[in-house]
Amino acid sequence: MGDITKQPGRLRPAPENFLTEAQVQAVADGRRDFLRKSLFAAGAALALPKVVRASEGDPNILENPAWTTSLGLPVATNPYGMPSKYESQLLRRESPGLARVGGASVSFAPLQGLFGIITPSGLHFERHHQGWHDIDPSKHRLMINGSDDSLLKKPKVYTLDELMRLPSVSRIHFIECGANTGLEWGNVAVPTVQYTHGMLSCSEFTGVPLKHLLEDCGVDYKKARYVLAEGADGSSMTRTIPMEMVESGEVFVAYGQNGEMLRPENGYPLRLVVPGVQGVSWVKWLRRIEVGDKPYATKDEAVHYIDLLPSGLHRQYSSIQEAKSVITTPSGGQTLLDKGFYNVSGLAWSGRGRIKQVDVSFDGGVNWQTARLEGPIQNKALTRFNINWVWDGNPAILQSRAIDETGFVQPSYGQLRAVRGTKSIYHNNAIQSWKVIESGEVSNVQVL
Amino acid sequence: MFRFSKTILVLTLAAASTAAGAFENFQGVGRPATTAEVKAWDIDVRPDFKGLPKGSGNVERGNELFEEKCASCHGSFGESNEVFTPLAGGTTKDDIKTGRVRGLSSGELPQRTSFTKVATISTLFDYIQRAMPWTAPKSLKPDEVFAILAYLLNLQEIVPADFVLSDKNIADVQKLLPNRNGMTTDHGMWPGAPAKKGGIGNGGKPDTANKACMKNCKPEVLIGSTLPEYARTAHGELADQYRSFGPVRGTRTLGPEAAKKAADAGTLELATKSGCMACHGMKSKIVGPGYSEVLARYKDQTDAESRLIAKVKAGGQGVWGSIPMPPNAHIKDEDITTLVKWILSGSK
Repeated sequence: MGDITKQPGRLRPAPENFLTEAQVQAVADGRRDFLRKSLFAAGAALALPKVVRASEGDPNILENPAWTTSLGLPVATNPYGMPSKYESQLLRRESPGLARVGGASVSFAPLQGLFGIITPSGLHFERHHQGWHDIDPSKHRLMINGSDDSLLKKPKVYTLDELMRLPSVSRIHFIECGANTGLEWGNVAVPTVQYTHGMLSCSEFTGVPLKHLLEDCGVDYKKARYVLAEGADGSSMTRTIPMEMVESGEVFVAYGQNGEMLRPENGYPLRLVVPGVQGVSWVKWLRRIEVGDKPYATKDEAVHYIDLLPSGLHRQYSSIQEAKSVITTPSGGQTLLDKGFYNVSGLAWSGRGRIKQVDVSFDGGVNWQTARLEGPIQNKALTRFNINWVWDGNPAILQSRAIDETGFVQPSYGQLRAVRGTKSIYHNNAIQSWKVIESGEVSNVQVL
Repeated sequence: MFRFSKTILVLTLAAASTAAGAFENFQGVGRPATTAEVKAWDIDVRPDFKGLPKGSGNVERGNELFEEKCASCHGSFGESNEVFTPLAGGTTKDDIKTGRVRGLSSGELPQRTSFTKVATISTLFDYIQRAMPWTAPKSLKPDEVFAILAYLLNLQEIVPADFVLSDKNIADVQKLLPNRNGMTTDHGMWPGAPAKKGGIGNGGKPDTANKACMKNCKPEVLIGSTLPEYARTAHGELADQYRSFGPVRGTRTLGPEAAKKAADAGTLELATKSGCMACHGMKSKIVGPGYSEVLARYKDQTDAESRLIAKVKAGGQGVWGSIPMPPNAHIKDEDITTLVKWILSGSK
């Protein structure tokens, strides 16, 4: 291969299209020389009628394909555009065995194939507590009331017609389920980044700051220090949110997502946006806000979404998603095609503000290099990072480590477990490790 | 000159107040909620029992209601782990005395149940009232919620079999919950005011303190865990979960039997999406019969396929018990055919 550090990465045809199962197994077993030989053979076989021309260059260049030599489709063939037919692999998927009822389950976003920081709305992760509905917006109402009359002067009802007349904000924020990476508290359990970290998405949300609505109803901020948000679905899910976050203007009632209305699975026509806080508090199909003087200990903050500690105590009202990062390429379940150059890429985020720095290690955390931060670095939003890597064909362990603007450094598994044990389920923000072996196969491992 | 400035001042003040008024008061937006409207939606019950409706219910009535409305998912004794995690079990008489479930720290508890966790009985009342039963949320009357809760408390040996739970004594029962002292808010993950200012938590102080070391950070790399072989293949064919171009490929994880498995998984997904799996298990009964049970009954009948297709479409009752299967007009004919063929071919 010559000096691999001087060799650019090469795009190769998908080998699996040419190989039998036995041959694939041979490759999986590490016989990479075999892969190269069979590729030559396959290439020769396909190009047989054009043997002479193939020697002159790539038939994809030498012969104009159908799309270059014929008329294409007219506008509005797909009035609501869909991804290319070649993009059928990246889908929201469930993790088998995680939940037994689809209405109270999770589908994970395919982080392994996404770019930048925005999650396409159709691939946004889902978590429902009692199934989802496509709610008629003309019949949806938002009620605001107080736990008693002294906390809020005028309980009011708003329609979508009215909410959409009010001054709006559009902000890009990540949303992460508190149980993201929860399957991995005790040990490695799932193969790919879709299942380790896919309860994570990031969108531009548009809506009305909740403080405007509370003030329109005459809230008494001195007495009302908590907000209860309630959904319109069967579970009418409820969570307690601190009034400080509402007063800061951060919390808003959103109807827009990535330039269109929210998707039904994500709360159409109205959801709460609580930046930096776990997804369960971003109540979907939002129908009611109650202001109160005490927290509510609802089911999802008294039976679920409580963090079990080694002492047997549970942490209650744990809400902030602390700084975390993960490399998405290369990551578990992938196979590197060749030695040579790679742009290692991943995501970092913090519920406490902006990402300041992301470091990457290729040797399991002994030595670290600072990665490039790609694109906008925004408050409580996903931040994309990348870094150069030349894979020399030897085993490697890739890790990323996020540092946020408070100076907090993402912990190792060893550090996290020393405090919280292995049974918490929630808020696992440990450094993720991906092991690369000689065959190029990447797998999920935990480095302490 | 003097008159002129005064006029300007007055005009300026008038403009300012008009502008401020427009933003402080969103005229014409929203309307007062009526008392009946607030009553209809404001059903939350807090730990201090604010919002608790008046009413009562006894263990015996609760047992009847539970059998009728809850047992199909939770098991007759709240013990079932089939559909949801168990509600009851896992606590001792001693836990009721101390208010801390010992099994949570001793490692003796195989699985946490609702009663090993919950510290506030208001939580259970609130949740049952707002979200249960699973397929008919908010259909229970307050007396029924009290009765079901009384039954659950009795299962947990917190109250005797002749107990009547009511809005009058629920606060006393709260003092008997086995994990009532099991919560802590001493952490840095509450985004509001800290406990010392009347709020919750320690004011955002994290519990880990990693350092951004860059060179020779540790003498060796300790691997705590690697992906088990069964987990490598448990999520289907990974190669099909990646693009077929780009810097990497998905690793091929399944053998020649992959095609059949993938087809089965696709049909299972269809069954799940169509709502079938809410009532039918693969092997055994949830509300309706398991698919293996259906196969066993129909496999020797020549017209099994057409009969089952008709049944799925129109719904039915009586073959497998009294609970009816609703008609499934929302599922496409071709999908129903796929599902029935899948069941009759030994669904997996």
